Amino acid sequence: MIDFTSLIVAPPELTRHAAALLVLGPLVASCAAALSPNGRWAWIISFLASAFSFWMALALTGEVAREGVIVYAMGGFEPPYGISFRIDWLGAMFALLLSSMAMIAAAYSGYSLNAEILEGKRTLFQAGFLLCLAGLLGMTSTGDAFNAFVFLEISSIGTYALIGVGASRDRRALPAAFNYLILGTVGATFYVIGVGFLYAAAGTLNMADLASRLPALEESRAAEAGFAFIMVGLGLKAAMFPLHGWLPSAYAHAPSLMNVFLSATATKAAVYLMVRFAFDVFPPDSIIVERFMIWVMAPLAGVAAIVCSTQAIFQTELRRILAFSSVAQVGYMMLAIAVASGAGIAAGLLHLTAHALMKAALFMAIGGVTLSVTGLRLSDFNGAGRTAPWTMTPFAIASFSLLGVPLTMGFLTKWRLIEAMLGDAYYWAVAVIAISSILSLFYVGRMLEVLFFQPAQTGKNRIREAPLGALIPLWVLTVATIWFGIDGRMVEYIADSAATAVLGGVE
Amino acid sequence: MTEYAPHLDTNTIVNFGLLAMLLAVLVAIVRTRSLLAAVLLMGIYSLISAVWFVVLDAADVAFTEAVVGAGVSTAFLLGAILLTRTESLTKRWQDMVMPGLVCVGAGVLLFYAALDLPLFGDPSAPANAHVGRFYIEETKNDVGVPNIVTAVLASYRGFDTLGETIVVFAGGIGVALMLGFGERSMGDLPPALRSPVMEALAESDHHVVLRSVAKLLIPIIALYAFYVQFHGEVGAGGGFQAGVIFAVAVILHALIFGLADTMDAIPPELARAFAALGVLLYSGVGVINMINGGNFLDYDHLFPLAFEAGLPGSHLSGGYHHWGQHFGIIIIELGVLFTVAATMIAMFYAFAGRAADVVGEGARG
Repeated sequence: MIDFTSLIVAPPELTRHAAALLVLGPLVASCAAALSPNGRWAWIISFLASAFSFWMALALTGEVAREGVIVYAMGGFEPPYGISFRIDWLGAMFALLLSSMAMIAAAYSGYSLNAEILEGKRTLFQAGFLLCLAGLLGMTSTGDAFNAFVFLEISSIGTYALIGVGASRDRRALPAAFNYLILGTVGATFYVIGVGFLYAAAGTLNMADLASRLPALEESRAAEAGFAFIMVGLGLKAAMFPLHGWLPSAYAHAPSLMNVFLSATATKAAVYLMVRFAFDVFPPDSIIVERFMIWVMAPLAGVAAIVCSTQAIFQTELRRILAFSSVAQVGYMMLAIAVASGAGIAAGLLHLTAHALMKAALFMAIGGVTLSVTGLRLSDFNGAGRTAPWTMTPFAIASFSLLGVPLTMGFLTKWRLIEAMLGDAYYWAVAVIAISSILSLFYVGRMLEVLFFQPAQTGKNRIREAPLGALIPLWVLTVATIWFGIDGRMVEYIADSAATAVLGGVE
Repeated sequence: MTEYAPHLDTNTIVNFGLLAMLLAVLVAIVRTRSLLAAVLLMGIYSLISAVWFVVLDAADVAFTEAVVGAGVSTAFLLGAILLTRTESLTKRWQDMVMPGLVCVGAGVLLFYAALDLPLFGDPSAPANAHVGRFYIEETKNDVGVPNIVTAVLASYRGFDTLGETIVVFAGGIGVALMLGFGERSMGDLPPALRSPVMEALAESDHHVVLRSVAKLLIPIIALYAFYVQFHGEVGAGGGFQAGVIFAVAVILHALIFGLADTMDAIPPELARAFAALGVLLYSGVGVINMINGGNFLDYDHLFPLAFEAGLPGSHLSGGYHHWGQHFGIIIIELGVLFTVAATMIAMFYAFAGRAADVVGEGARG
């Protein structure tokens, strides 16, 4: 058994404020990055700030293990009158995931921005990146429904701009960013309409306070409509089928750093809020949540897993293949969450973690050869694995994790998914996962065939290894994928505790 | 408790009238194909909303809507149209089926839920009886400023306001990443390219009336911004509104006297620095609160407790004055002012800097 209760990494003065500092670190650093003299300084600031967040996330995890739930009242006003951060195991899990992925992405950004972004824009790019991180961490830490909207906006606005910057490599980034901006704003507006209805019905914005008042409002149409608006709004943000239209282009044309960071974090934070609202804020046994899970979320997730895996097979651009695969994988997570049992939610969260690790690694490897690969099509990467084995071996390992090959984390999580579905007699869902896995065999096979079995390009077009600045974070992800595939007890413990915390409801 | 009964008074009739006008403007916006007309109609929409908010006694919200919605965002949208096109493309009706269905679905859901909402103005409605009531009853004990809206905005939910300030900052970073800071109009372009707008703006000597009126107005507008800034705790207003009003003074200067003159007075780098400094100032207050033993943004810990207790009339020594809260709110509002004003100015520079390109291309072509 892993014991987190003895985890003390920071002095008590800092640990007391860890919840606030987790978000404050990248926020303040973002201003510093915007003012820094050049891209190199901004990069160092960016890395240090995300490392600081990770440190605070570790401190929080220890506190959560000891205390159960951490409530930090902003401004010293007790909830529900002030805004409070409220971190349980689910929040701690996301704090760890987001900040560690940000740290790895920030390490990679030194190389990646040098390769793709003009020097004059690098400081602002890092500032925007840190704002995204702060926004995502705020979304997953706050105990206030409206405050979550504010952080959703911070992370979204940062993301729109950073996707658009990809225009220097690929002009299609501009319409992709604009498209995402419009749809993302619609999603955020739906969310805030929903929160407005909840406020009108219950008179509070605090999630714990809402949770204690909503059971008495079972009949309230305002609360029902609030739930519907919130789920649709967040579904858009989480790229839930059929609201995923923005994602493939946004991922395919964004700068490499954003590919890595977005695929590992952005949709995940929206999934977090969906879980939080469906099982924690609303009573999980209420009729509307049950119906939503059985009749909306589960079927749509199932369709996503099959349709988007099929679409991935027919894409010609490497990044688009991975983007469609992401939508399908979000389908897996939602399918498990829709089972609505402790095992289901835990499996969904585990798969979310595994997917963050493998997709970040896949995009990182592609970004790593961006200096020597001129095109975007799959065939432009012919034989990359032969001339750049150190960069492409992680790609292969992450692909295996995507398929669920034993000894990778993807195997562990797929196992847990199927176990949870069988536990609740969701046999059709198991069939969906099986079909989708077979489909993914086609597109993964196609990618690996091109990368490793096509003749390598020579001369001027020879694909070169990524520099060390890209290889180190890439291999860190790869080792983590294998490590958790062999011994996943730690992440399993965290995911199980998170599922228990969220289903236990708010006291 | 007596049952609350709605009644038809003048206010209600005015409300319905304003809502009908909003609806009419909306229909016009959707129907028009001229983007210019749509932008101006959106300004009118904001202005009517502002009036409606006044009728609803939400003076602070009305103020914000007026300066942001009807004021500066109209200017930005006009700038964006100048850079792109003034007519919207015609859409095939097939393309409008899905968006239409979404709109109808959302509308039906809104009506379904709205019929179940508590009556408007009902004092026992959840929104008025629970947290809202607490704010009305406790503001004078907790925060001690007369404007409860400011107390909620800057103190009880001050963390949200920090977040909103950062949203503005993030928007500024986004625009700067896409369009730059307007440095393209500053002189690294060949004269042939930069002259049209620059000279058109600079050589507007035949606009003597505009110039003299602007000379008179700009100081007054700027002064008004500071009035709004420093009366936020007692009346409607605060950093957001003041920041936008100040930015409007600068934008007016640029429109009348030329971008180059304005950039000499307020260089783009300065705007960039102040946008970041505002956020740093706001969060800096929170950090000082933490150092002095409170939680983040707990202005009661702005000063060390022993020091605050010694201040005249302090609530810690039997008085009524919350010095920490008062100064905390003033400083964070200043942070909001810096970020909002600087970001708006930087955004305007970015748009105006690009306008030089567009007009330049037109002149060459």
